[in-house]
Amino acid sequence: MPATKLCFHTVKDLRKALLNREISAVELVDASYKRIEEVEDNVQAFISLTKDLAYKTAKEVDERIKINADIPPLAGIPIAVKDVICTKGYTTTGGSKILENFVPPYNATVAKKLEENMIPIIGKANLDEFAMGSSNENSAFSIAKNPWNFKMVPGGSSGGSAVAVSSGETVISLGTDTGGSIRLPASFCGVVGMKPTYGRVSRFGLMAYASSLDQIGPFGRCVEDVALTLQAISGYDNMDSTSINIPVPDYSATLHHDIKGLRIGVISEMLGEGTNPEVKEAILNSIKIYENLGAKIEEISIPHNQYAIATYYIIAMAEASANLARYDGVKYGHRSKDAKNIMDMYMNSRAEGFGDEVKRRIMLGTYTLSSGYYDAYYKKAQQVRALIKKDFDKAWEKVDLLISPTCPTTAFEIGSKISDPLSMYLMDIGTITANLAGIPGISLPCGFDSANLPIGIQLTGPVLSEEIMLRAAYNFEQSTDFHKANPAI
Amino acid sequence: MITKKDVEHVAKLARLALTEEEKEKYTSQFSDILDYFNQLREVNTENVEPMAQPVPMQNVMREDKVELPFIRDEILMNAPLEENGYFKVPKISEEG
Repeated sequence: MPATKLCFHTVKDLRKALLNREISAVELVDASYKRIEEVEDNVQAFISLTKDLAYKTAKEVDERIKINADIPPLAGIPIAVKDVICTKGYTTTGGSKILENFVPPYNATVAKKLEENMIPIIGKANLDEFAMGSSNENSAFSIAKNPWNFKMVPGGSSGGSAVAVSSGETVISLGTDTGGSIRLPASFCGVVGMKPTYGRVSRFGLMAYASSLDQIGPFGRCVEDVALTLQAISGYDNMDSTSINIPVPDYSATLHHDIKGLRIGVISEMLGEGTNPEVKEAILNSIKIYENLGAKIEEISIPHNQYAIATYYIIAMAEASANLARYDGVKYGHRSKDAKNIMDMYMNSRAEGFGDEVKRRIMLGTYTLSSGYYDAYYKKAQQVRALIKKDFDKAWEKVDLLISPTCPTTAFEIGSKISDPLSMYLMDIGTITANLAGIPGISLPCGFDSANLPIGIQLTGPVLSEEIMLRAAYNFEQSTDFHKANPAI
Repeated sequence: MITKKDVEHVAKLARLALTEEEKEKYTSQFSDILDYFNQLREVNTENVEPMAQPVPMQNVMREDKVELPFIRDEILMNAPLEENGYFKVPKISEEG
């Protein structure tokens, strides 16, 4: 493999090469930046590069290898971090003009964990502004492109994180998932992406969008890389009051175990009319593969699934309107030059700093929380959320995991949905229920459509079922070849 | 049905200055989106407890001890305008 394509190797192979001194961590970071030079103009996965930081970490790794000291499992493995996660001393924009020059004075807990694990941060990945979007077209800086076809969206909101991995700029990456923002781009870009259980990974230092739904999670080109990355970022954090204080299992230790007798439910509502026939066919094939692996398949209904999008967007927008009140031009971020009094300053700073979709969500959230509408929208959505969670709780009495398409379609064309917000929201039907219920979900490659665009299959499971979910994903991956295909760039 | 006046009211509450063009656009988009949200009316939610958080939560306490706070100068480095260690803003006294 050419020197610029080292990031296409698995973590396991790269670690072996590092420990055998066939390659140094600095050379691996070099390879990552060379690959970025090669493809970045076309894919635009990054908002900024953090070269000082990456090389500093890589040199530490090489020092330790030189003296035969132990190194953590992901030491030296190039990672991209979604630009909504604070990195001390390195610009973190949230994909927004309002934070164009914001340099965090502290590290997010996950950024600290990457540092402790000696994982070199290559750069800050492109995203929809404040993680609001399903296509990456809402980035204030540039639109990331799908590496399989530059005319197509990579999915969002963690588009850059998926693209960096898919195009071999980095080996792994971190994204965030509020309604599918990891799983959807993973599906569109043909990589593995996981949203952990709400509370499994600390949100401290993550710019808040919808706090009861947001969760940080990993991307990788294979399930094992995702398991290892999840391991590195999971765990209790007293800086996040929603953090779960339960020990983290060793995710990669049991990946290789078989899944004979595993009960898998197929969500019947997700294979109906709205699902593209080619996607449906790939999912049906995947179900056969699971049957061959010894899983017991059963059809499961999530009766309130059809209300999930309305429920999700009401709650997410309401929380967003509260969370984004902090961008007022006082303590940090953009301040309008055009302000004679404090009200002008607020109104103009926010008008100039926020993009179209962010304004839309803040205003709709403000509306649904406002006097006279609260009960009809916000409270109602919270009640339907409880019913959706109940649907899933019932499912777990019968099955261990659920299968569905990650998205009813493959990647769509840039520009095709951006002027019709509602049509964009409908893309999230497969993924948002997991955020509403707080449960984990993973998307993995399960085929290609006739235009050679990747199709993703999603597994969801009960709270803290990551271990069994990763095992089921690994078993599927090992009996298929879809994850071995790379875009021809 | 959402009117332009509603949009203006919400924009004011949300502290967003809008252009005329934006007001028109959001009025029509909000009507479509709220129509879609209204499908929740058909769900029977009688006696359903609203769910605010996915995971059962209890209050989290920490030990009451002094920890290293942020450094003032580092915080102020991101301030659009500062003076003598304070954030500086335009006059606020005229605003009702």
